Amino acid sequence: MASPRRIIRRGWRQLTSMRTALVLLFLLALAAVPGSLLPQRPLNPPKVQSYLDSHGSWGNFLDKIGAFDVFGSIWFVAVYLLLWLSLIGCLIPRITVYAKALRAKPIAAPRHLSRLSENAAFVTRLDPERAAAAVRSTLRPRWRNALRVEEQATGPNRLAISAEKGYSREAGNLVFHVSLLVALVLIAAGRLLSYQGSVIVQQGPGFCNTAPVYDSLHLGRAVSTEKLAKFCIDDLNSFVATYRPDGTAEQFKADVTYSQGLNGAPEHDVITVNHPLRLEGDRVYLLNHGFAPTVTVRSPDGRVTTDTETFLPQDAVYTSEGAFKFQGLGPNGTDLGIQGLFAPDPVDRGNGVIVSGSPQINNPVLAVIAFTGDTSLGDGVAQSVYSLNTSKMKQVGLQNLSLGTNGKYKNVMTLPDGTTITFDGYKQWVTLQVSHDPTQFALLIVAVLMVAGLLGSLAVRRRRLWVRLRVEDVEGSRTLVEVGGLARTDAGNFHTEFESVLAALRTALNAEPADLPVGISAGKD
Amino acid sequence: MAVNTGLAQLSEGLWAAATGMYMLAVVCYTGEYAFGRKGKVASTSPVGRPAMASVSTSVGAGPTTSPTAGGGWSVGAGRIETSRPSGDRWGVLALVLTILGGLIHLSCLVIRGVAVDRVPWGNMYEFTLVVGLIAVVSWLALLIKLPSLRYLGLFVMLPVLLVMFLAGTLYTKATKLVPALQSYWLAIHVSSVATAEGILMVSAAMTILFLIRSRYERVVALSAVSELSAGDGASGAGGSVAVQPDLGRIARLGARLPGSDSLDKAAYRTVAFAFPIYTAGVIFGAIWAEAAWGRYWGWDPKETWAFIAWVIYAMYLHARATAGWKGSRAGYINLLGFAALTFNFFVVNIVISGLHSYAGLN
Ligand code: HEM
Repeated sequence: MASPRRIIRRGWRQLTSMRTALVLLFLLALAAVPGSLLPQRPLNPPKVQSYLDSHGSWGNFLDKIGAFDVFGSIWFVAVYLLLWLSLIGCLIPRITVYAKALRAKPIAAPRHLSRLSENAAFVTRLDPERAAAAVRSTLRPRWRNALRVEEQATGPNRLAISAEKGYSREAGNLVFHVSLLVALVLIAAGRLLSYQGSVIVQQGPGFCNTAPVYDSLHLGRAVSTEKLAKFCIDDLNSFVATYRPDGTAEQFKADVTYSQGLNGAPEHDVITVNHPLRLEGDRVYLLNHGFAPTVTVRSPDGRVTTDTETFLPQDAVYTSEGAFKFQGLGPNGTDLGIQGLFAPDPVDRGNGVIVSGSPQINNPVLAVIAFTGDTSLGDGVAQSVYSLNTSKMKQVGLQNLSLGTNGKYKNVMTLPDGTTITFDGYKQWVTLQVSHDPTQFALLIVAVLMVAGLLGSLAVRRRRLWVRLRVEDVEGSRTLVEVGGLARTDAGNFHTEFESVLAALRTALNAEPADLPVGISAGKD
Repeated sequence: MAVNTGLAQLSEGLWAAATGMYMLAVVCYTGEYAFGRKGKVASTSPVGRPAMASVSTSVGAGPTTSPTAGGGWSVGAGRIETSRPSGDRWGVLALVLTILGGLIHLSCLVIRGVAVDRVPWGNMYEFTLVVGLIAVVSWLALLIKLPSLRYLGLFVMLPVLLVMFLAGTLYTKATKLVPALQSYWLAIHVSSVATAEGILMVSAAMTILFLIRSRYERVVALSAVSELSAGDGASGAGGSVAVQPDLGRIARLGARLPGSDSLDKAAYRTVAFAFPIYTAGVIFGAIWAEAAWGRYWGWDPKETWAFIAWVIYAMYLHARATAGWKGSRAGYINLLGFAALTFNFFVVNIVISGLHSYAGLN
């Protein structure tokens, strides 16, 4: 009967085998596939919803197994964790083995060097001790080597030098795998500790980094809303989009004033695409931009109300849609609502239908549909600021409003009750995203180590070399030098390398080696 | 500064010239393959033996023969150099055409870059051209290390030609970059990924040949065994090829390929070279994503497939070091990796929408 301990031990051995690593890697790749083919909730919730709406029970089934949040699903995390454990399990023994190998001498020479794939023999007049010293000093900087005395039953002892190089291959490999291990931890920690919020800011006063200001906010599980870094984007001074003559975008620039800490002095920066504002621990990105038209409503009783609302771009040329809601400005205390379409560079498609021709401002037009009745704002049900709930309203007018030359309105829309609506200008707005991830710098370092480790692991080759020296003739004035080499990884150009080491050894043993006392001739013939 | 349309047109002409050059090279490679290597099968029959020895090594797991397997191949390489059948002239011509085509290809990209005053890899058309050029360059570099593979140029240049035509169908007018792409990370990230992909393309070609060859070697080893037992030992390796009517077309192709050892080596070395570059390229992408989108990784489809391909190539490297996974299985993993790269480029760019909209097609 297998005891639980043995089962655990066997399970551990299984988990940490190379074969399991292969299977886990395969599962990891496989698990990621649906994450790219199905819409994902963290990336695009509306798309997930429309998939669910159109796929019925199949969609619900997919939802249940986490297919719309693959990278946060139980099974993805499970593979991730198993791989992590497996890595630990295979790394601990490999590190110990490597540490031992570093301290151990290169292994003793095999009995027959001539049977190795690379081998050679020659004769020198140096005696074995001196020859050994010369061999070792020739090999020394690149080859770790050790000298052994091989005792012989008959005749003089032989000397053997074992040399090995390419230790950094395994070192690189270990650096890579350990870095990978650390990276997996850092990535997981980053998910817990990071947050990301986005907010639309119109030209003018900005916001401070607190949870309620964000239009959307993703908080890591270990982040509390009170702990958000303290800084304010005090002002969006300007937003400028520049375009090339062919109409393509050239540059977007958001000029901001910001302050850090509780009473920080105001500072200045220009945020562009690819160039966020980097604060202590937080970054502020320019993600999107658009227009916020301004309208003025003049009621028959003399009240004048002005409002500017953010319109959302509907296409690449910034045809934008939005809504104005004026409570109590309709006839008899009802509400007045406006559905608007803003075209920065209007093109009339005939019968008054306007679209935008380009994202650049060029006599912009605000197409207005006016409604009166009940905006339902008082119902206590949350509704979008970008659209009008017209279920309890009736349409009272439709007109295209233009802007005059001097920044004032050009034409006036008059409603049946005498109320007038004018289009008085627009502001630019930008979407700013605030991101915080305390782990990312450490992760960068680890990533660099991973690449460095990989280079060591894949570029360095391990080679072994042995030199055996024995007295050849009776007088002892000649020494036979046998050399053998073995490629431990990917033979590659080992033959050439061996030949060049051999040439170096020949030179060192025939000529007079530099570190030998003067007067001992190595012989010239 | 506006786009220099004159230079842009010149670059397009050079694309056509490079494509034409590669076509001629393919013709010559075919010539070499058809005429030159007829004799090779016979002349390399001694080379066939060590290759077969290596097959029996992996079957019988005899440690003493393994050094000969590696050595046998490099001896074979020397032999091919010395015996010069007439087809070699075709081969040399093909090589010259490849180099010429490569130079024209390079100038096509350089001039395109000058015309738009930016790096010439800002859309799918340009990226495809870069990958093709890198494939040609890495093939030539591989030939410096393993010159005897030259006559396999057909199998590299055909895919390259396909890439050139693909680039043609993905053609995008020379334009400046949208703000999202205006970053020096475009130069760093895209060039490293393209470099890795060009090399991995050569690796995939070598792997297909490797798979064909190793199947062939299995068949030959089996039939050699049965022939020996039938007492017909005199015909040798070349003869045993001749008496195999049931080998099929794939195996007949196998007879003309170098030993599976050297093809495996070529496939491995190219991956070993490209994998760190690809890893770095993905990391550069993550750094860019941090600067552009506020997070280093967001499982955007492009990122997801880059990850999948990376993991598959890591599997390949592991498989080659794992008993029972070396050889054909590792080969299939290599091809799977290349399939993931291809999917990431074509399907993700064209079909699946994501943040990476540099395709220039939408
Ligand atoms: C339990 C998990 C793992 C184990 C047991 C493991 C084991 C090993 C071993 C023993 C080697 C040396 C192979 C050789 O010298 O050729 C190796 C190499 C390597 N490993 Fe892993 N590894 C694991 C996970 C990973 C993971 C998750 C990755 C990356 C996704 C990875 C990437 C690599 C790479 C790139 C090499 C270099 C291959 C080479 O030297 O040819 N390993 N691994």
